[in-house]
Amino acid sequence: MYVGRERPTGGFELFAWFFMRISGVVLILLVLGHLAIMHLINTVDEIDFDFVAARWGSPFWRTYDLVMLWLAWLHGLNGLRMVIDDYVHRRGWRVVTLTALALVGFVLLAMGTQIILTFEAPARQMAAGLP
Amino acid sequence: MWSWILHRVTGLGILLFLAIHIVDIYLLGWPDVFNRLLFLYRHPVFRVAEVFLVAAVLYHALNGIRILLVDFWVEGTRLHRQIFWAQVVIFLLIWIPTSLLMLSPVVFGR
Repeated sequence: MYVGRERPTGGFELFAWFFMRISGVVLILLVLGHLAIMHLINTVDEIDFDFVAARWGSPFWRTYDLVMLWLAWLHGLNGLRMVIDDYVHRRGWRVVTLTALALVGFVLLAMGTQIILTFEAPARQMAAGLP
Repeated sequence: MWSWILHRVTGLGILLFLAIHIVDIYLLGWPDVFNRLLFLYRHPVFRVAEVFLVAAVLYHALNGIRILLVDFWVEGTRLHRQIFWAQVVIFLLIWIPTSLLMLSPVVFGR
């Protein structure tokens, strides 16, 4: 029965091996918490712009979301990198797919980080003192 | 073999959703556009897909724990079959009630 990838002996691959396991444990807590709050206790019927604005009024939830974004995205990108390693062998295609992965990976991580850090609730909501 | 294939497929599925999710959250910069596009996530098709997203995350999480047990716990390799069945039972115990709770507003109205 297949289990996890064999532990690499050193260098970046060993770091990546540990990163997947450590980020995985943290993500179980963060993501299951996120799903319970956003998809079970609240549902997509309640969630709208005002909901997110109120939620991000709290530095706690911004930090929570930022840590979750970085860990989940890097965990997923590294997973996809291993899938590419397994199936894409021709040198040219490796360059193309890995470059595309790095570019898309960087752009989306930057977008997500930017909105979490720079989002400002509109003045009308701040003035109304909504939660 | 199947647990490995499922780990891959669920991982890739979650990554695809996360990419879409980053883009939709980025649209918070345009509140009206954001609110107008929410009909997509409220559509019954997505509400069902949402339940399968939870299944993918739950499977990936539990199977990840199994990988950790085998990697770091001496007894993990010997007990891997029992751990696999424990994983199946825990998955069903969490996923079935969660799905019912998530789908009840869709099926029965609010």
